Amino acid sequence: MQKIIAWIDDRFPLTKVWNEHLAQYYAPKNFNFWYYFGSLALLVLVNQIVTGIFLTMNYKPDAALAFGSVQYIMYDVSWGWLIRYMHSVGASMFFIIIYLHMFRGLIYGSHKQPRELIWIFGTLIFVALMAEAFMGYLLPWGNMSYWGAQVIISLFTAIPVIGNGLAQWVRGDYVVSDATLNRFFAFHVIALPLVLVALVFVHLVALHKVGSNNPDGVEIKKKKDEKGIPLDGIPFHPYYTVKDIVGVTVFLMVFAAVIFFAPTLGGKFLEHDNFIPANILSTPLDIVPLWYFTPFYSMLRASTTDFTHGMLAIFTMLVAMLAFFTQRGFRAKFLSVAIAGVLLLGMYTLEAKLWGVILMGSSIVLIFFLPWLDRSPVKSIRYRGPLFKGAVIIFVLSFILLGYLGTKSPAAVDLFWFKNVLWAQGFTLLYLAFFVLMPWYTMIDKTKPVPERVTLK
Amino acid sequence: MNKIILSLLLGLLPIVSHAEQGLKLDHVRIDLSDQASLQRGARIFVNYCLSCHNAAYLRYNRMGHDLGISNQLVKQDLLFATNKIGDRMRAAMPAADAKKWFGVAPPDLTLEARYRGPDWIYTYMHSFYRDPKSFSGWNNTVFPHVAMPFVLYGWQGEQRAVFRNVKLVSHVMENGKAVTEVTEERVFSHFVLAKPGTMTPKQYDLAIRDLTNFMVYMGEPAKLERIRIGVYVLIFLAVFLVLAILLKKEYWKDVH
Repeated sequence: MQKIIAWIDDRFPLTKVWNEHLAQYYAPKNFNFWYYFGSLALLVLVNQIVTGIFLTMNYKPDAALAFGSVQYIMYDVSWGWLIRYMHSVGASMFFIIIYLHMFRGLIYGSHKQPRELIWIFGTLIFVALMAEAFMGYLLPWGNMSYWGAQVIISLFTAIPVIGNGLAQWVRGDYVVSDATLNRFFAFHVIALPLVLVALVFVHLVALHKVGSNNPDGVEIKKKKDEKGIPLDGIPFHPYYTVKDIVGVTVFLMVFAAVIFFAPTLGGKFLEHDNFIPANILSTPLDIVPLWYFTPFYSMLRASTTDFTHGMLAIFTMLVAMLAFFTQRGFRAKFLSVAIAGVLLLGMYTLEAKLWGVILMGSSIVLIFFLPWLDRSPVKSIRYRGPLFKGAVIIFVLSFILLGYLGTKSPAAVDLFWFKNVLWAQGFTLLYLAFFVLMPWYTMIDKTKPVPERVTLK
Repeated sequence: MNKIILSLLLGLLPIVSHAEQGLKLDHVRIDLSDQASLQRGARIFVNYCLSCHNAAYLRYNRMGHDLGISNQLVKQDLLFATNKIGDRMRAAMPAADAKKWFGVAPPDLTLEARYRGPDWIYTYMHSFYRDPKSFSGWNNTVFPHVAMPFVLYGWQGEQRAVFRNVKLVSHVMENGKAVTEVTEERVFSHFVLAKPGTMTPKQYDLAIRDLTNFMVYMGEPAKLERIRIGVYVLIFLAVFLVLAILLKKEYWKDVH
C-alpha cells in the first residue's frame, strides 16, 4: 500500500491534496448545527447528478414523448419511481439546504472580509441552481411545467424595445415548444451542471485558502501553537468527517421519509397540475412556481402601478434622504440624489411589470453586495447588537411570508385585513430594506466584545 | 390618495360572502391494501371506462400482478382490447373516432386520481343528472357541460338536479366609489333520484368507492411498495444513526 501511494505521489499530489484539504485542514472546533449544510449541499448535488444520469437513460426530450417517457420511468423502469422521486424531492431538499446554508453565512458573518469571494461564488451557485431548477422543471412536460415556463420566459417581454425578440430567442419559438424543451434539456443535463460543479470547486478552493469561519466569528489562524497549527482548530478528517456522518444520516432520514411516504408533499414538491401533459389550450387555474421560487414570484407580482408610484417611490425617497444627510462630501450627496432621481423617473415612466422584474432581479443582486453593505466591526450575530438581530428576524419573516403569499392569489385575503398583494408589497420593501439600509444600522449598532478564542457551549 | 385609503378600507370589510362557490366534494376512504376492492374496481374500470378512455401508462400484467389476479384470469376476464397481456391498457374505441363522436378525445385516465384527487372522482361519478339541453342528454355538477355521457346510469338510475336562486352580495369599485352589488344566481341545491337503477344508493356508493380505489392504485402502482420499503429504510437509518453518534462521540472525546 505504501509503495502504491509513493508511486502515485511521484506522479500526482495525492497525499498533499489529502492532507491540505482533509487530514491537515484545520477547522474551528466549535461548529454547531448550522455547519452541517455545506456538506449536505455537496451530498445533494451528487444525488442530483447520479439520479439525473439514470433518469436521462429513459427520458426523451421531445414534446410528443417527454411526458410519456417520465411515466414510463414511473411505471415500467425497475426502481424508476425511486430514482425519479429522489431527483424531484432532491431538488426541493437542495433549496432547503442552500437557504439554510446562506442563512448560516449571514448570521455568523461568513460573507465578511476575508471571505467575500467565497460569498460571491456561493451566490453564483445559488443563481446557477435557480436556473438549473427552472429548466429541469420544464422537462416532465406537464401542464404546470409548460405554463410555468411560459410565464417566466414572458418576463423578458417586459424589457423595453428588445423584450419580445429576446423572449423569442430564449424559447426558439413564439411559444414554449419542442425547441424550448430541447434547449432546456441541454442546459439542464450538461451546461448548468458543469457550471455548478466548477463553481462548487472554486467555492471550496476559496474556503480552504482562508479557512472556515465559525459561530463566534473568531479567526482561528490568529492563535497558533509552535507547530503553526491553530489552537482552536481540529483536523477536518477525522473529526468533521465523523461528525458529518451523523448530520448526513439525520438528513437521509428526513429525505427518505419524504421520498417514501409523501413524495409530492401534498402538491408542494410535485404539483397536481403536472400530472396532465402540457396543453397549450388549457391554462391551469393558478400558475404557481414550486415553493422555492415563490418568495421571488411574490415580489414580481407585488409590483403594480399603485406600488411603484406609491410605496416604492416613497421608500426610494426616504433612502435617498437618509443617504443625503448622512454622507459627507458633495460627490456622495450628489450621487444619492441623482440615483434616486433616475429611479423615480423610471418608476413613473416605465411599466410596473418591468419594475417587478427589476425588483426580483435586485433581490438577488443585492445578495452579492452583502460583504460591502455590512459595516459591522464584528462578524457573528452572537456579538452584534439588537438592530442587526431585529433586522435578521424581520428579513427571515419577510422571506417566509413572501414565499407563502407567492402560492396564493394576490387578490385574496389569506393573512388578515389586507389583500395578499398589499402584504407582498410591504414584505418586498422590508426585504429590500434589510440590504439597502444595512450600512446604516450595522454601523450604529452596539456590539459586544469578541473573545480572543472560540467558545464551546 | 383617496383611492389608496379606500382600497385600504375595502380590505377591512369582511370578505365577500360567495354563496356556495366551488362545490364541496364528498370524501372517499381509500384503502390500497383492500385487494378485493381493487379487483372489483379493476373490473368496473376495464368493463366500462376502458371502452373509451386509455390508461396507457399501465400494463395488464402489471395490474394483474399487483392486484393478485393470475395472468390466466386477466386474459379470461379483463383482456378485451388486445390479446397480449404485456400490452398497455388502451381504449377499445379509436381516439380519432371518439373525437368525431364526442367533440373531444376522452383523456387518458392513468393519472386522473393524481391530477384530480380521489374525492373529485368519487363525487364526479355521483353527480351526473339528466339535462335535455346538453349534447349527450347528461350534465354534471362537478364538471359542467362535460362531453362524457353517464355510462353507469343503469346502476345509479337517473338523477334530476334541483337548483335554487340565491342572492350574491359583492363589493366592487365603480368610478372610484365602493358599490355593493346584489345579483341573483342559480346554484345547485340537491339531486332527486327520478328513476332508480339496478343498484341501491348504498351499493352504488360501494361500487364507485371500489372504482376510485382502483384509480388511486393506477395513479401510482408503486405506492404500497414504496411505503413498505420506506419503513425498512428508516429502521436501517435509525440503527445507523446510533452507530454514527457513538463513533462521533468516540472521536470527539479528546476535543475540549
